[in-house]
Amino acid sequence: MKLDLLYFAWVRERIGIDGETRDLAALTVGEVLTALSALGDGYASAFAEPHRLRFALDQDFVDADAPLREGAELAIFPPVTGG
Amino acid sequence: MISVRVQTGAFDLGAETRALSQDRTDIGAIASFVGLVRGGEIEAMTLEHYPAMTVKALEAIAAEAARRWPLLGGTVIHRHGRLLPGDPIVLVAIAAAHRGDAFAACEFVMDYLKTGAPFWKKEETAAESRWVEAKTEDDTARNRWIQHQA
Repeated sequence: MKLDLLYFAWVRERIGIDGETRDLAALTVGEVLTALSALGDGYASAFAEPHRLRFALDQDFVDADAPLREGAELAIFPPVTGG
Repeated sequence: MISVRVQTGAFDLGAETRALSQDRTDIGAIASFVGLVRGGEIEAMTLEHYPAMTVKALEAIAAEAARRWPLLGGTVIHRHGRLLPGDPIVLVAIAAAHRGDAFAACEFVMDYLKTGAPFWKKEETAAESRWVEAKTEDDTARNRWIQHQA
């Protein structure tokens, strides 16, 4: 599954980049976390506590079990703190 | 009907509320909220956001407010970038015929914005920079609107 990945706030800092395009063996958001975590310590550190992560698929909030679509934009970030 | 802006620059509450009521006489109430950077040990704050999603998320919140209350207009402005204590961060101004609808919709938009708009705050103190943690009170504030459907 080819995805445009975006990272924000401390997720971005731990991974060390703000985004990338990757082809991953993943059908859900949760499987993306597992696949990326195997790629390096930065990913593993960013995704170590999944309950502290939130996700947006094509700019809409989704849960970790959300199915993916080829070419989708998946953003991974901490709970929002605006306002 | 409720316009949304995301910007780095400051805003002027007076100018925004005047713009809402200009050339019309049906508006009887404008309720507004301005959020500021609190000082204390914090020397600065940087707001990061998700540009492709931010306006979309704020417009969805504004549309839900307009569905729940009979509103006559409104403005939501959220800043991003580096801000200093005392700087305004966010403005919500809601116009309606009567104050009850304006007050309620203004508070609703703020409560949903806190938990549903993709912004992240990083605080700078003399000693460190740290990401602000989300507060469970913010979830509680949003959830009371789910229980109390307008």
